[in-house]
Amino acid sequence: MPLLELKQINHFFGGLQAVHNFNLTIEPGELIGLIGPNGAGKTTIFNLVSGFYKPTQGDILFHEKSIIHLKPHQVTSLGLARTFQNIRMWNSMTVLENLCISQHYRMGYSFMDAIFSTKTYHEHEKAVVKRAMEILESLELSEAAGEYPKNLPYGLQRRVEIGRALTIKPSLLLLDEPAAGMNPSDIDRLIELIQWIREQFHLTIWLIEHQMKVVMSLCERLCVLDFGQIIAEGSPSDIKNNPRVIKAYLGDEEADDDAEN
Amino acid sequence: MDIQSFFQNVINAFQWGSFYALIALGYTLVYGVLLLINFAHGDIFMVGAYIGFFVATFLLGTYAIHLPFHMPHLVIFVATLVITMILTAGVGVTLERVAYRPLRRKGAGRLYIVITALMAGLILENGNLALLGASRKAFPELIHDTVYKVAGVTFTNNWILVVLATLAVFLFLETIVRKTKIGMAMRAISFDRMAVPLMGIPIDTVIVFTFILGSSMAALAGVLFASAYPVLEPYMGAMIGWKAFIAAVVGGIGEIRGAFVGGFLLGFIEIFVAAVFPSTFRDLISFGILLVFLSFKPTGIFGVARAQKI
Amino acid sequence: MRHYLSLIVYLAICLLIIVIFQQNWLNAYIQIVMMFIGINIMLSSSLNLINGYMGEFSCGHAGFMAVGAYTASLLNMGLFTTSSIFGRSLFIGPQYSVFLFPVTLIIAGFCAALVGLLVAVPSFRTRGDYLAIITLAVNYIVKSSIENIQEIGGARGFMGMRQVVNAMNNVINIPWLMIWILAFAGTSIIALKRFVGSTYGKGVIAIRDDEIAAEIMSVNTQRVKLIAFMLSSGIAGIAGGLFAHVIGYINPGTFTIMKSTEIMVMVYLGGMGSLSGSVLSAVLFTVMLEFLRPLQLFKWVLIPLLLIILMLFRPEGLMGNRELSDVFPGLRRFFPSKEY
Repeated sequence: MPLLELKQINHFFGGLQAVHNFNLTIEPGELIGLIGPNGAGKTTIFNLVSGFYKPTQGDILFHEKSIIHLKPHQVTSLGLARTFQNIRMWNSMTVLENLCISQHYRMGYSFMDAIFSTKTYHEHEKAVVKRAMEILESLELSEAAGEYPKNLPYGLQRRVEIGRALTIKPSLLLLDEPAAGMNPSDIDRLIELIQWIREQFHLTIWLIEHQMKVVMSLCERLCVLDFGQIIAEGSPSDIKNNPRVIKAYLGDEEADDDAEN
Repeated sequence: MDIQSFFQNVINAFQWGSFYALIALGYTLVYGVLLLINFAHGDIFMVGAYIGFFVATFLLGTYAIHLPFHMPHLVIFVATLVITMILTAGVGVTLERVAYRPLRRKGAGRLYIVITALMAGLILENGNLALLGASRKAFPELIHDTVYKVAGVTFTNNWILVVLATLAVFLFLETIVRKTKIGMAMRAISFDRMAVPLMGIPIDTVIVFTFILGSSMAALAGVLFASAYPVLEPYMGAMIGWKAFIAAVVGGIGEIRGAFVGGFLLGFIEIFVAAVFPSTFRDLISFGILLVFLSFKPTGIFGVARAQKI
Repeated sequence: MRHYLSLIVYLAICLLIIVIFQQNWLNAYIQIVMMFIGINIMLSSSLNLINGYMGEFSCGHAGFMAVGAYTASLLNMGLFTTSSIFGRSLFIGPQYSVFLFPVTLIIAGFCAALVGLLVAVPSFRTRGDYLAIITLAVNYIVKSSIENIQEIGGARGFMGMRQVVNAMNNVINIPWLMIWILAFAGTSIIALKRFVGSTYGKGVIAIRDDEIAAEIMSVNTQRVKLIAFMLSSGIAGIAGGLFAHVIGYINPGTFTIMKSTEIMVMVYLGGMGSLSGSVLSAVLFTVMLEFLRPLQLFKWVLIPLLLIILMLFRPEGLMGNRELSDVFPGLRRFFPSKEY
């Protein structure tokens, strides 16, 4: 049973076709990468999956149910979490508060409970904080709980953002360029982290990345996107030598040279 | 409504629409460049009308200081118009310099600038009220009203002047924004305020120019309005300013043709609403239209939505 | 015991104020100013939920106040007095006014909250300066609607709320209005504090910081906005109802953008996102307004000027987004924070 299915997705921005006949099936437990040159439509696809855009045509199935008519927060509450290309934390609140708010969909009490300070309220609030602290501990972030995200070093901010996505108890995690702006040692730690959370939380992970090191060492399957269309799909080693991919990244001439060699 | 009063209403709607359009321009120009809603603009219109009043009465020799020569009324009218536009532009630029620019320099959020604009408007209104008192001023009649009657529909020479002036202003501004170098700079700033100074465009000059244009058009509207409805009071700019703002939003704020289309549209709606319902419903319906537009099509008729990026 | 310390202190202060009022130790003028302080606390703290915590810019708070003021006044006049508007059709006798007065205020709050929907629903799609205009439009629409209903006095407004207060005093002669102001102001502050202190309510702050992230991270932004706007306008409605009974006369001209501006000044003076700042600034501002009264018209030049200067030199207000207990940690023992 596939976890996520994208069927014949077409998406237009005004007259511009950003996604063209996109088909993809993700099985549970996979770690799959989406690569492609800048402006190929990778983030657009993530935005479609997370419900931020509605596809012009096509259907998206998560756990075999269509999710295209759901609002983003509803999609997320089904267990589909994501991170963002530029880290988007709520910077006026502490790391702990950030990780609590992301559990909003299963808060289990209404605003009236909060105002009347009922028993349900206190129980759920406790559970939410406990869950957040567990995630922070498992990511070795418990010391940062009281810090403001923007005061943390960049690598840690990424880690916190991944932690926030984990509080949702996702079955599928979308990572949008998790290594963007990181230095080599940060990247090594990130690779370890992704492998670790995958085991620990039994995650299916779909990531967009430009850092070939991350993609090649993590992904089992790769999908290459150019001008909103899949131009190649397969194992990292296949993709590396695919002439269409090389052409998309480097342009025509080099591709010819490569083919001759 | 018989056919005659229908056309009479059309005539009236054109006049109201012209006032709205002229003021809406000021909102739209400033928004187009700074993405700032200059809430004080309606009061700039009021200031324009008052400056026009003082200039006109001075030129007519009402005060102790007399001019050594006598001018015909038409010359006084033109002189009043020009001097008022210059002085009001000065007020607009001062407002920009004193209130908005320091905030911009500090990189304050747009919210703070909007609040400042609202407060500047209140200061102009109440300052006027406190200084000049609550008594209304009567604008002197500079152009003698000639009433024309065509097929039972009446209009005055003032009406012709207002509508023609509005059309002229429209053509003038479209040319400036589309064809001239400074117009291109104005459009460029709205796209990327960070990159424009790096391209060697003096951003402050362009902004000051925008305020000069907007404020002088408000002054033009003020003097024309005062000649048509010669009663001045400090709060006259508040409601008409809001209406003009509604016009700018309906047309698509930031778009010059939007200001004109929106202005005339609102003029027509108001006049015809007042013809059918009691006139007290006029404001209610205008604001209702604003609410509907902002809820369903905030970009207005001509505006284009800016894509959200994540 | 420690848990309820702040409540006990507040009740003690309330009791003191009530005794002072009962004994008429202060003259009527100061009594009215104190009532205004209570009402302004409600207004500024409720607006702070939107303008401070949610980071939106609502400048039509007086509109909700108007709805509350009219609803409460009409209900009370109809129920407890033989008024010119309803005659005796709704009259149930002045003796019930003591029990039903707070009920009418809560109904007034509900009505104002319903009108708050007019702002809440557009806020799903628009934000920033456009939403600011919507709030202003709602303020004008409310005012203009009331002006067009001649049955409730139209632009002239109506009076007679004193009779309601008198009806209550005839049952038991204690300072009823001040008691209800203290009760509702205290309840509002507690409700708001608990709301923004809960993880659920912090969704409001998440919307301010990054709305897109909030929506994608499972916050039902539409519902949170709905709750925030309705809570805020509801409290403003109750405050409006109390306000009408304090001055005993209302007309649409009372609830203009000037009134909204006054409330905004209090919020920004106190600091966006600080409830204690709002309380503090409501006290300071109300007192200041009274001192500025001799200036008459110039008052309305000075107040906007004050706000402009504030925006330029201290945009975060007196308190920023800190609370009193952050500035004076010693106060923490009055406000025990929960630790899990």
